[in-house]
Amino acid sequence: MRLAGGGPVIPNFGQGSSCVTGDHVFCWGWVKAHWGDTLGPALVQHIELTLIAVAIGFAIAFPLALLAHRYHRLEQPFGTVAALLYTIPSLALFQLLVPFTGITRTTIEVALVSYTLVILFPNIMAGLRSVPADVIEAAQGMGLTRRQVLWRIELPLAVPSIIAGLRIAVVSTVAIATIAATLLRDGLGSPILDALQDPIPFKTEIYSAGLLAVALALAADTVLVALRHVLVRWPRNAE
Amino acid sequence: MNAESRAAEIVFDRVTKRYAGRDTAAVTDLSLEIPAGTFCVLVGPSGGGKTTALKMVNRLIPFESGEIRIDGRSILELPLTELRRGIGYVIQQAGLFPHLTVTENIATVPRLLGWPKQRIAERCEELLALVGLEPDDGRRYPAELSGGQRQRVGLARALAADPPVLLMDEPFGALDPITRFRLQTELRRLHHDVAKTIVFVTHDIDEAIRMGDRIAILREGGHLVQYDTPDAILAHPADDFVAQFIGEDRALRRLALRTLDSVPLRPGVAALRVAPTTTVRNAISLMIEARTESVLVADGDRALGVFSLDDAGKLLE
Repeated sequence: MRLAGGGPVIPNFGQGSSCVTGDHVFCWGWVKAHWGDTLGPALVQHIELTLIAVAIGFAIAFPLALLAHRYHRLEQPFGTVAALLYTIPSLALFQLLVPFTGITRTTIEVALVSYTLVILFPNIMAGLRSVPADVIEAAQGMGLTRRQVLWRIELPLAVPSIIAGLRIAVVSTVAIATIAATLLRDGLGSPILDALQDPIPFKTEIYSAGLLAVALALAADTVLVALRHVLVRWPRNAE
Repeated sequence: MNAESRAAEIVFDRVTKRYAGRDTAAVTDLSLEIPAGTFCVLVGPSGGGKTTALKMVNRLIPFESGEIRIDGRSILELPLTELRRGIGYVIQQAGLFPHLTVTENIATVPRLLGWPKQRIAERCEELLALVGLEPDDGRRYPAELSGGQRQRVGLARALAADPPVLLMDEPFGALDPITRFRLQTELRRLHHDVAKTIVFVTHDIDEAIRMGDRIAILREGGHLVQYDTPDAILAHPADDFVAQFIGEDRALRRLALRTLDSVPLRPGVAALRVAPTTTVRNAISLMIEARTESVLVADGDRALGVFSLDDAGKLLE
């Protein structure tokens, strides 16, 4: 059935080895053949989508958290808005944004950024709040200004919690970004979607793109763990 | 310790503090003169306003009326950070910065003041020795220290920029009795060496008597009931509240303040020998235990004289 027309039924059909034509579980040859035109670019796009989303998300969440830390009344509204954004299903959110930003990468990024906010904002807040009251009081009593208390004491002590937030944000963004392909062929979601649209979904393409997404998430997580080891040198058990 | 050591007089002048939504004031019309170099203990039951009074000095707590002066200048005259950098502050949990090493903790105020690196390093080394820590301890983090060591670091950090005033808010309250006693003894010695004005808050009357040159007893609502030397307070409690607070064994407590090398001895002999550094109270305890009425005070082989239970009673007159 697959070869009925003699031509490639599967997009990215390639050389048409027996592995591919028979749709075996995993065709390494296909992956090698299409790294350059399909998987590689999709991976690069995916990294871009994730990095931009987390970077912008952090750039928004960080000052908002500092504001809410300074003016406690703001914390509740900020937190609620972020949580509400998260309740919107990502498929729906992409479509909701189309009238405003069109079928563009901007639409995808707006959605991804709003998901990172709900993870990053509370984590930065929790980190700032985890600093023991006696530590703050000692700092004030010694004559540190409010700004010095923030930058020299509170933020360094919040780093473990901030990095924990970044880890969750990165991993979940890598996952959610695959759904972005429903809107625009961008990232590792697009080879998966292409393969799903075949009459018989092409397993190798789904698995290889999926595995790349998993590997990307793990690699990003490893980088963040290493970053924490560099930044957090003090023992955190007692106290 | 060194020539730059200095102390400052602290004066509370009719200071009142009310917290919003409370009927009674936390501190009521408090007037207190603490001469430069005095170790002054604020003691009283909880709700006595002693911590509030202490925190008003470095303006962690604002007050409505009255004035607090350090060396004649109102504390409101100085910029807040400058005032605080000139006042050492030690709290019960030590409040060390967990992400900084011991040395970095101690260096906090000197760094704020912009001291050169070399001077800060030398000062940290000097302070570690002063508070009884090893040079190697400087590289450790607070989480790696015992409670007593943390308090030592807290003290070193407060002393770092050689402030004329030291505020201590129940600094030994969370320590086990043995560590507490050791630190009390060392703080007394240190006060003798550095001659700072120390304001020390505790709810423990024993600690107050042991540590203070002067004791201010505060009652609920921050009323000052009595302000005097430990001996005078034990000899003449101002009212029933003070008498009850210092306890019925106040005669023995007074005698605990004196050692046998500071009391008149009579010539003679006795079977029980004690060292001249023994307190009168402990001498009495030993006499009761040995069922005798006098001891021979002897410094090694050299007999100094005899002290009896009767002599102890006369000391109280």
